[in-house]
Amino acid sequence: MNNEITGAEIVLKSLAEQGVEVVFGYPGGAVLPIYDTLFKQNSIKHVLVRQEGGAIHAAEGYARSTGKTGVVLVTSGPGATNVVTGLTDAMMDSVPIVCITGQVPQHLIGSDAFQECDTTGITRPCTKHNYLVKDVNKLSSVFHEAFTIAQNGRPGPVLIDIPKDVQFASGTYEEKSKIIIPSHRLFEPSPDFEKNKIEEAVELISKSKKPIFYIGGGCINSGPKASKLVREFINMVGSPVTMTLMGLGVVASSDKNSLGMLGMHGMYEANMAMHECDVMINIGARFDDRVTGRLDAFSPNSKKIHIDIDESNINKTINVDVPIIGDVKQVVEKMIEVWKEKKLQIDDKALKLWWDKITKWKKVDCLNYNNEGKQIKPQYAVQRLYELTKNTKTFITTEVGQHQMWAAQFYKFEQPNRWLTSGGLGTMGYGFPAAIGAQIGHPDALVVDIAGDASILMNIQEMSTAVQYRLPVKIFILNNEYMGMVRQWQELLHGGRYSESYTDSLPDFVKLAESYKAVGLRAKTTDDLDDVITEMIETKNTVIADIWVTKEENCFPMIQSGSAHNEMMLSKDQKQDKKSAEKGKILV
Amino acid sequence: MNKSVYDSPDQVSETKRHILTVLVDNEPGVLARVIGMFSGRGYNIDSLNVAEVSNDENISRITIVTHGTSEVVNQIEKQLLRIVPVHSVTNLDQEGSSVEAEVALVYIYISETNKKKVYQLCDLYRARKIENENNTTIFEIAGASERVNRFIKEINEITKVEIVRSGPVAISSIQKNEEE
Repeated sequence: MNNEITGAEIVLKSLAEQGVEVVFGYPGGAVLPIYDTLFKQNSIKHVLVRQEGGAIHAAEGYARSTGKTGVVLVTSGPGATNVVTGLTDAMMDSVPIVCITGQVPQHLIGSDAFQECDTTGITRPCTKHNYLVKDVNKLSSVFHEAFTIAQNGRPGPVLIDIPKDVQFASGTYEEKSKIIIPSHRLFEPSPDFEKNKIEEAVELISKSKKPIFYIGGGCINSGPKASKLVREFINMVGSPVTMTLMGLGVVASSDKNSLGMLGMHGMYEANMAMHECDVMINIGARFDDRVTGRLDAFSPNSKKIHIDIDESNINKTINVDVPIIGDVKQVVEKMIEVWKEKKLQIDDKALKLWWDKITKWKKVDCLNYNNEGKQIKPQYAVQRLYELTKNTKTFITTEVGQHQMWAAQFYKFEQPNRWLTSGGLGTMGYGFPAAIGAQIGHPDALVVDIAGDASILMNIQEMSTAVQYRLPVKIFILNNEYMGMVRQWQELLHGGRYSESYTDSLPDFVKLAESYKAVGLRAKTTDDLDDVITEMIETKNTVIADIWVTKEENCFPMIQSGSAHNEMMLSKDQKQDKKSAEKGKILV
Repeated sequence: MNKSVYDSPDQVSETKRHILTVLVDNEPGVLARVIGMFSGRGYNIDSLNVAEVSNDENISRITIVTHGTSEVVNQIEKQLLRIVPVHSVTNLDQEGSSVEAEVALVYIYISETNKKKVYQLCDLYRARKIENENNTTIFEIAGASERVNRFIKEINEITKVEIVRSGPVAISSIQKNEEE
């Protein structure tokens, strides 16, 4: 039995064979054998976070900016429960994660032992799959299957719970190539089966008079080639295109066909075009409620094509006419083929009329805001950040709230994988650790977390991580001393009763940065803004830039809850509509 | 359909009973995954039955009786297929024809006055008395759920009973080739 190694060594060997370069984690009693093995090797780097929740968001940021799988290593009990939010976040936004948790030794399982919890039970609904490994000889096959499942089909988080005695036990390692995963455990697209559907879809597009592409995060998950193909196809069709929050960057913001983001805080022209189109081509999006608005008034006169890798998204909330199950790059490649083969084209005249209509909607200038005075408007801060960083390789992460929407509206993304935000779950505290993960994956790039003063405090402890690893992450706080989005809803829907949404006793963010031996900067007026941004970019250190913005700015345009795409509220007609407010109040 | 926060746009179809049969890898937690999907997404389980059906391949069959509109049941099927250890999901109502049966064990409180009536009824329904060491009257009845329901209703009118039911299991009755 010479080739037997310990469970902990099998863990590290599996990670190495899977090409893992970095693990985000936090040690504890039930994972000490793995940390001991980690200590004795040099191929895998470990990033020590300051709370396990930070580790999993960092792994998400790493995964989404690099396209690789993020790996997390935490202990049992509280270590495991602290990653639950991040697992759910990765589940909602389809991020490939492998999370390793320690577990108490098997003979103690079920005895309410110290730091014991039912990890697989707790994480079952928030992972794609999870394992409790009881046999050391199964460890390597579990790892190889876990990585495959995390990346395969619609990506997602997979958790492996390993009791401490299994980490100590000796067993044999099996190589990746020797593991056969039964096909029912994976997603296997059948392109031939969908061929008829693809032809049907392409014909439908060619006959449309008012087409629109509705692009989602699935295009990003399908890899850079998918974005390239999607752009190519849209150009061939000449159709307008709108992107979801998760899909920003698939088509360049500067592209002549791009109408920007759609949905609750999306562009007026994008939502109007969705409402009035005759053929909608959904690629890798899932008709989320933030996108559709009121369902019974959603794009009432269109034929809908839906390309998704996850069949459960088809007809979930919106019935579609042509569903295509498959990977974006494979499906779109076929669509381009068919389009070329049949020499298809959209009726020029109709398309021109459609664009004329869209140009009229664009003239509404829905992002317009009052930018008078010396006080910094949050929108203006993001605009300046964009102007001063657009020629640098920049990754933008965000927390959740008004600042997130302003970032999505005013920062222009030209490429996929540069924009990292918590879309589905809406996790405050996501942005900073995600920025750490993105910076680890791209040491030479500029990584900026556009944050709010409330969100940043949810994972502020990671300052210590950023400084320890000399990560020049920039935190750009739009500081209005409010939970801005909560305040906005209270203003619009709850009669201006600002219940608990004012953040009293905020720290002095400059001194806070300095206390971590990072750099703190502050802009109080528009006169300081450009200098602060420039200094922030040029500083080769972790920076907190505290940008004092006007306190009661609202994020517009907005589709109020319970309203439809063609009932957008613009900043100029900010008055309250009592009836829709009453109806919208009960929704989320 | 419609699990969105907004009102449904479409007139939904009528609610119906459906029997789903789900083949799964027989691994720890698989039943919890299936049940958790139902409770987490707000679907109904009217009855559920699970047993290993092949020793060598480690495969179990779960029979779930649920009710819902065809849109809801369609979504249930797709959500079940997302679960990693699930092999296949068959909606027996869509398959066309299927055979279903369940078993009930009935403990009957018997006395001299009702004895005759009880035995007559059990005879009528072909309920079989199960011998046991305490010599109490425990009957077993198998068959379609409606038949079991009728039996229970009638026996209840005669005397007090205690009942345990397996819930239905079902299988497609469509002819298959042996090679499959």
